[in-house]
Amino acid sequence: MGSAWLQFIASGLTAGAIYALVALGFSIIYNASGAINFAQGEFVMIGGMSAVTLLALGLPLWLALPLAVLASVLVALIIEKLAIEPARHAGTVTLIIITIGVALFLRGLAQLVWGKGVHRLPSFSSEQPIEWLGATLLPQSLWVMGGAALAVVALSAFYGHTLLGKAMRATSYNRVAAQLVGINTRGVLFASFGLAAGLGALGGVLIAPIAFTSYDAGIMLGLKGFAAAMLGGLGSFAGAVLGGLVLGLLEGLGAGLVSSAYKDAIAFVVILLVLFLMPQGLLGGRGSERV
Amino acid sequence: MRFLTFVRTRCAQGLLAGAAALLAATAAWAQAPIRVGAFLSVTGPAAFLGDPELKTLELYVERLNAEGGVLGRKLQLVAYDDAGDAEKARTFAKRLLEQDKVDLIVGGSTTGTTMAVVPMVEQAGVPFVSLAGAVVIVEPAKKWVFKTPHTDRMACEKIFVDLQSRKLSKVALISGSGGFDKSMRGECLKVGSKHGIEFVADETYGATDTDMTAQLTKIKGSGAQAVLNAGFGQGPAIVTRNYRQVGLTLPLYQSHGVASKEYIKLSGSAADGVRLPAAALLVADQLAAGDAQKPVVAGYTKAFADKYKADVSSFGGHAYDGLMLAVNAIKAAGSTDKAKVRDALEATKGYVGTAGVVNMSASDHMGLDLSAFRMLEVRNGNWALVN
Repeated sequence: MGSAWLQFIASGLTAGAIYALVALGFSIIYNASGAINFAQGEFVMIGGMSAVTLLALGLPLWLALPLAVLASVLVALIIEKLAIEPARHAGTVTLIIITIGVALFLRGLAQLVWGKGVHRLPSFSSEQPIEWLGATLLPQSLWVMGGAALAVVALSAFYGHTLLGKAMRATSYNRVAAQLVGINTRGVLFASFGLAAGLGALGGVLIAPIAFTSYDAGIMLGLKGFAAAMLGGLGSFAGAVLGGLVLGLLEGLGAGLVSSAYKDAIAFVVILLVLFLMPQGLLGGRGSERV
Repeated sequence: MRFLTFVRTRCAQGLLAGAAALLAATAAWAQAPIRVGAFLSVTGPAAFLGDPELKTLELYVERLNAEGGVLGRKLQLVAYDDAGDAEKARTFAKRLLEQDKVDLIVGGSTTGTTMAVVPMVEQAGVPFVSLAGAVVIVEPAKKWVFKTPHTDRMACEKIFVDLQSRKLSKVALISGSGGFDKSMRGECLKVGSKHGIEFVADETYGATDTDMTAQLTKIKGSGAQAVLNAGFGQGPAIVTRNYRQVGLTLPLYQSHGVASKEYIKLSGSAADGVRLPAAALLVADQLAAGDAQKPVVAGYTKAFADKYKADVSSFGGHAYDGLMLAVNAIKAAGSTDKAKVRDALEATKGYVGTAGVVNMSASDHMGLDLSAFRMLEVRNGNWALVN
């Protein structure tokens, strides 16, 4: 029984690492603009699918993967300039709806460019499962968890020790005050989109060898990443990571111990429970408005 | 006087015009193309079914027309893409029946899209040859509905017979949430006891799930001697990969729903050793020289590969069988009269197709028996015939 639990936890943490990366993207853009970017899932998909195309063109894996992430970042920056920035004075609801439109547009474009087939990336190292205390782990899962951990560490270093990172943190605390001290908040939003897309695309290329990728892979990943971000507390950096891991664990254990047929429902039930019981999430602080 | 002449000239002109029009109309009517309607899942989650089906129909309509058409008339294919959505399938079928006024329909890539259209076709009285798998399409036999692929029940029975020959009886079932998956799971549970099969586990996964290690871990601890994955789409490929990952070495059987190179490509080396029932089409070059199906499947494989430079799949073969059965029925009926074509379809005997030898009857609108299925095994990324 113990090894079965370990198996569920292992697969749960693998998925959770990806949800954490996607959730970070949601939090970063929420901090910079106050709006939810529902195209986040599509950035993940673009990362995975670009990697498939670049590999098919003959590039080696170590070159194709960073280029694929770069491609997704580029797409996000273009979207920001063309679709988000012109609407920056509109309300957050308008911005959210624009991102939904962007998501549909990107998905449609992906269909035209890549077709509707399902694709798989080769595993980064070997395909031999690793045995550990009765459970088996694919080496790719270790890449996923390691890659996500590295991204989180790099992100906290960025926020804590670089000027742009500190400017982004300042904007998330209070946008007006940040503008008053001379921070270019438009630039911060621009950089946020790029950063969120980079994190999402990293998740996309890490998970493609295990979970495959296709033009609509972004839908579920985006929604589950959003659930993870809500669970951890929207806007909280540590909350996004925690929310992702907790959601992944809940899914893995739920599928193993309760019912495997309703695995997808777990994420949506989490969204509902969070909204009903603790809308600020696990680590989000209580918000207050000056009246 | 001038007036009468005028009237006579006008009448003559009118009569001439009328006669010409009548002649042209008769000539046009004799050349009116035979309209074959099709609604297929060319895109979407069932694209690996509908895409080769559409390509096959287009290829063979072109070839038949190049050979002079059917009954001296050209064939015209009117095809729509329902993207695997039953609602869209119903809309397109309505358009085929009411606006395009097709003579018959060859289509319905999936069980879901087929069943959505059955009531409409029964009411309109138009012969419909379905290309989908579930047994519910022809059981109970519906007057206007026929199908070419083997049923899921036959797949279950073929697998169970193979298991019996390997002296295995405890089977773990794992299936998805799609229409085909649920139907095949139900059929397998129903006919299992007839072959001495005991089901020790019954796991399910969602259609878009990307990780089935939880279900397979439970199966590992269930005492199963073999595992049967009743499903299609990307799910079985992920199940196959997870299967090797969790270290299961029991025989793994898949359904004929994944009888395509796409499944082997997605599963990679994990697919080696997997067995599944499939049409002889996939192993055309391995068939014995005297095999009745060899010339048909070899011919289809060559024609498809020449035009599309792609591997054949049994799904394209089902479309070939559907079109040929329809064309043969039209020839036997001597017209496109819907009732006569339907009767001719029902009277089909000894038609050798890519799926097998077809003998239809009033109660059997599919016409295949267990011998139409061959047991295949994946070896080194390719299909191998199991004897």
